[in-house]
Amino acid sequence: MATEVGPTPVKAPASGGAPIHHGPKGVGEDNKILSQGKWASWLLAPTIIALAVVIIYPIISAIVMSFQKDAGLDPATGLFTAGGPAGVQNYVNWIAQQCSAPAGGTVACPPGTLGAQFWSATATTFFFTVVTVAFETVLGFWMAMIMARAFKGRSLVRAAVLVPWAIPTAVTAKLWFFIFAFEGIANKLFNTSILWTGSEWPAKWAVVIADVWKTTPFMALLILAGLQMIPAEVYEAAKVDGATAWQRFRLITLPLVKPALMVAILFRTLDALRMFDLPYILTGGANNTTTLSILVINQIRQGFNAAAALSTITFIIIFLVAFIFVRFLGANVVEQSGATGKGKK
Amino acid sequence: MTAATSSATSLRAEQDRGRRKAQNKEKWAQGRTYISAAVILIWCLAPAYWMVVTAFREVGFTYDTSILPTHVTLDNFNTAFDTSFGNRFGQALLNSVFIGGVVTLVSLIIGVFAAYALARLNFRFKYMVLGFILGASMFPGVALITPLFQLFTNIGWMGSYQALIIPNISFVLPLTVYTMTSFFREMPWELEESARVDGCTQGQAFRKVIMPLAAPAIFTTAILAFISSWNEFLIASQLSSDATQPVTVAIANFAGAQPNQIPYTAIMAAGTIVTIPLVILVLVFQRKIVAGLTAGAVK
Repeated sequence: MATEVGPTPVKAPASGGAPIHHGPKGVGEDNKILSQGKWASWLLAPTIIALAVVIIYPIISAIVMSFQKDAGLDPATGLFTAGGPAGVQNYVNWIAQQCSAPAGGTVACPPGTLGAQFWSATATTFFFTVVTVAFETVLGFWMAMIMARAFKGRSLVRAAVLVPWAIPTAVTAKLWFFIFAFEGIANKLFNTSILWTGSEWPAKWAVVIADVWKTTPFMALLILAGLQMIPAEVYEAAKVDGATAWQRFRLITLPLVKPALMVAILFRTLDALRMFDLPYILTGGANNTTTLSILVINQIRQGFNAAAALSTITFIIIFLVAFIFVRFLGANVVEQSGATGKGKK
Repeated sequence: MTAATSSATSLRAEQDRGRRKAQNKEKWAQGRTYISAAVILIWCLAPAYWMVVTAFREVGFTYDTSILPTHVTLDNFNTAFDTSFGNRFGQALLNSVFIGGVVTLVSLIIGVFAAYALARLNFRFKYMVLGFILGASMFPGVALITPLFQLFTNIGWMGSYQALIIPNISFVLPLTVYTMTSFFREMPWELEESARVDGCTQGQAFRKVIMPLAAPAIFTTAILAFISSWNEFLIASQLSSDATQPVTVAIANFAGAQPNQIPYTAIMAAGTIVTIPLVILVLVFQRKIVAGLTAGAVK
């Protein structure tokens, strides 16, 4: 990748907005680009190789594994059976929730087994994603609007929002586990006696609340950075023209902050789709809080190849969501981050 | 004459009234801002405060709900480091520092070259490389864990440090490249050009002129990389052993004297120990960290 050393057709302006001084002429533009391409490939090689080893190799390996049968004891004969090519059987097993039957062939997985949890885990994952990202977007936008205003103590607020972000998720999960304990502060404060991690909806909301607490600051900071790119004169001009506060928000703030907002939502969505730490520690995946990631982890010790198929399905789901975002919702991450020479406002 | 004065006075009074009205409105808006700011402060800090208060509370008063610290003790910190119930918190702290240190160092050394190329050079496939690196940072950890679990089992690496360090690099390295690329774009590269005009090679210009200027950016990236490695749980929870487990795993599995009695105060003490250095680090370098976090998303 990127080892192309041929002359680049278009000489783009230098990055960073700095005008490039070509020094003494005569070497020729082509040579310069040629040497830049060569330089770039040398400089990028370590990163690309490292990522190929730690990411591309496992992906390919997982895909190969997912088409293999898990070795194990044959439930019918009690004899050890070696693995072997399985075709798409692993995928069919997950999606159709079929488990291998003692008599050979497959039957619908009995409730409670991992195989029966694929669709409920998918539903849970999407529930967490949609609900947490929605809350985080609204709350984060509100926090960003406050932090963008000028008031005494603004830097204190900006520092405070970094605290939940800086606490490791595992610690966050334990902390909220304590807050939501039966005798914990949450029940005392609201004068309720809910077994938060004991039944489905309280457990789900416990995960949502803890996740919103932990990740809203990240959202708020991304949106704040977007808000600060909007020049104040635009608002002044709108005020002079008699625009109301709501009109200014709807017609200036929203469209101008949209690129940053879309990137923030995309990042958070992809992150929420792979959610693992928080439900795993807070509820242990009990009461229908098992996400796809937790299901993969639970499956690993029961059979690598079935787990590989499930992790590939998870990967494809996340990839599709990212694709939809970038293609249809205009979250242009690469252009946002890769745009060079545009300079700061 | 008098009529003119009186009309002028009434006009002034009118203006005054208008101004006062505007001032009141302004004050009201300011007041609302302060109320909102207070709500944000409480929402963000109260749970963290509760962790610290509980960490300093006697075990017998675990569920004490007074807001101010009561029954203050340091015992929980001793319990946190106590190994008699099978917890290895002290060892886990060292493991996390070691793993985080190696991951950060390796990612920085490899990533700084890529970031320089992406920020500075023009070449084909630049956007493809950027997209690939960004995609890598969004990659779900579970998709890596299954093949790695099998591979490390086969070659006997389960529970070793390298089994924890290598997967960590897969998500810290993209983050490092990505953050440093956006930092590098903001740097005064004219200086590099002048150094080259003065006879330096591109390599010399990078070493002697750019590296000193880039130090703060690299340092910030190092903090972000270290935090992200420090927080890692998924890979570590599956691939680590008792001897190599990092703090996140140690805290998640923290056991008490009785199996069905959760040692909350000790866990909160352990959580406080793990969190406080990070929070201090983050608050001291607040501006830089925020710039690093939001880098690329808005530029």
